[in-house]
Amino acid sequence: MRKTETFYDVIRRQGITRRSFIKFCSLTAASLGFGPDAKTAMAEALETKERVPVIWMHGLECTCCSESFIRSAHPLVKDVVLSMISLDYDDTIMVAAGHQAEAILEETKQKYKGKYILAVEGNPPLNEDGMFCIDGGRPFVEKLKYVAEDAMAIIAWGACASWGCVQAAKPNPTQATPIDKVIRDKPIIKVPGCPPIAEVMTGVVTFITTFGRLPELDRQGRPKMFYSQRIHDKCYRRPHFDAGQFVEEWDDEGARNGYCLYKMGCRGPTTYNACSTVRWNGGVSFPIQSGHGCIGCSEDGFWDKGSFYDRLATINQFGIEANADRIGMTVAGVIGGAIAAHAAITAVKRVTTKREKTDV
Amino acid sequence: MSLFDPLATLDAHGERAVERQSVYVYEAPVRLWHWINAFSILMLALTGYLIGSPLLSMPGEASANFLMGYIRFNHFAAGQILAIALILRIYWVFVGNVDARQIFYVPVWSGRFWKECVHEVRWYAFLISKPKKYVGHKPLAQSAMFLMFTLPLLFMVITGFALYSEGTGRDSWEYSLFGWLFSIWPNSQDVHTFHHLGMWVILVFTMVHIYVAVREDIMSRQSIISSMISGERMFKDLED
Ligand code: HEM
Ligand code: HEM
Ligand code: SF4
Repeated sequence: MRKTETFYDVIRRQGITRRSFIKFCSLTAASLGFGPDAKTAMAEALETKERVPVIWMHGLECTCCSESFIRSAHPLVKDVVLSMISLDYDDTIMVAAGHQAEAILEETKQKYKGKYILAVEGNPPLNEDGMFCIDGGRPFVEKLKYVAEDAMAIIAWGACASWGCVQAAKPNPTQATPIDKVIRDKPIIKVPGCPPIAEVMTGVVTFITTFGRLPELDRQGRPKMFYSQRIHDKCYRRPHFDAGQFVEEWDDEGARNGYCLYKMGCRGPTTYNACSTVRWNGGVSFPIQSGHGCIGCSEDGFWDKGSFYDRLATINQFGIEANADRIGMTVAGVIGGAIAAHAAITAVKRVTTKREKTDV
Repeated sequence: MSLFDPLATLDAHGERAVERQSVYVYEAPVRLWHWINAFSILMLALTGYLIGSPLLSMPGEASANFLMGYIRFNHFAAGQILAIALILRIYWVFVGNVDARQIFYVPVWSGRFWKECVHEVRWYAFLISKPKKYVGHKPLAQSAMFLMFTLPLLFMVITGFALYSEGTGRDSWEYSLFGWLFSIWPNSQDVHTFHHLGMWVILVFTMVHIYVAVREDIMSRQSIISSMISGERMFKDLED
């Protein structure tokens, strides 16, 4: 009987040394937050387990997740991951096209029923029966449901698949809908971000393929190991925040001194992601390090909270744009005026009724 | 209350004592709570506002300053005090007198409540010259306190501790108790916004509350402000 092809077989065939392989295992185990034993467990799993087939689909999206993924820092990581998963179908980067590609999709679905991972980048628009995103001649939402049927689990890549992102921003004409609102009977892991950090993506894939299950998820369905802290919690400008030293304008002294960007609308205090620890482009930098506040791209509805440069979110309930302080102060002003008027009438009444009494 | 004919009663200095009915309404724990609560809220509103719109930047090294840290510390400390006081106050709902229960419900099922509401609105609209006497809260005050104070305060405590859990982490008791809020609003920016709006609801309540307390103290037929200090409700006349 032919031995099933493992991840280890594949990378050895590609000329990667065992030494590099073990290094990769240690690195990944560390980045996932495991103890020293985990690397042995990982190596063993990767040497013995069959590669996990992955179907990667694209709905309404901009492909920034794929772009991020193929740029993961350690070149080895990307190679490893791409060979670790057997990426059977990815219409954007696969060689096959048209009917050929669709045939592969069909084959994977049948052959690995209940065993493959469905990775979705982007989301399905539901309006007009899904006509705003046609893929292979039919609405993407149908394809998504069809392929999800037999999947072991679903990875929702990026803000689109996780929350909806820009195509779901108000007024959301196509009714773009995140994956977990469409598929309800499968384990779904959300990896939000626009795009997500490459190392986070490879970390998630590595975990799933190594251990054959989803990592521990938080309340929002995000992997805890990358999304349980805010940018603000690990931001290197945090001492300036606590000290009360803020950039007040883009070209002021504070901006030059690298003060906290809170007043410039930084969303770090409400954004869960790993940017301030893992950083981007191989750990080179991340938005705040470049002098711009976090825009909260991995959070639900981040397009609809007003300007990226305002600290207080815009509240748009009554068709006017305002924030909590403007609404509050207006109401307080009106009530204050009413109190003053009421007090004045009270005083006048008092004086006049007294006079009436003395008149009698 | 005197059993003697008021006109006949003279005190040691030979002065005529004026008879006043008085009732013990606000028990000591309620009064203590009221003032702890009031000062916590003033502190929370001040520091909360400064968390949303911080002061101008401090000069010097970051290591030499901790302004925002102190402001936030005061907010959280006052928040914890307020929360504990509220828990004790809720305990008092069960062991205290009837008046201790008033601000925790609105008796919408009672016809008399509605009639008295109408009467009170007419009093505030200057349509009636003589208000009714009440031992506890007047019906409008009761409704206003429940809707504009008790509920918003609970909301502030829940959202406040949920926001606090963002700092203490996912394994904290704050997150275990109040993390469910982030299932309703996954983006905690919304929780910040609602927490902030809640402050204005409570501040508007406070403005009206203090105005009414002062006005009623002068105009009505019972003591108001001193009731919250001594606990005794004094009635200024003997008529019904
Ligand atoms: C009546 C009571 C309260 C008022 C008026 C109040 C007011 C505020 C305001 C205006 C903010 C700024 C919101 C923003 O724009 O980001 C805030 C933030 C906050 N409040 Fe409160 N609050 C109250 C009670 C509490 C309680 C009971 C707690 C719990 C300990 C609490 C914890 C917090 C936290 C953790 C923040 C976020 C601080 C940060 O982002 O650095 N608050 N509060
Ligand atoms: C100078 C400030 C204040 C004064 C003079 C004042 C006065 C009073 C008085 C006289 C009462 C009794 C009302 C009655 O007999 O019907 C009362 C009750 C109450 N006040 Fe205040 N108050 C002040 C500040 C505040 C603040 C800041 C708050 C919170 C936002 C507050 C919340 C309440 C509540 C909840 C009650 C009902 C107590 C109960 O029945 O358990 N007060 N206040
Ligand atoms: S720059 Fe943003 S994330 Fe960093 S400390 Fe300031 S507010 Fe927090």
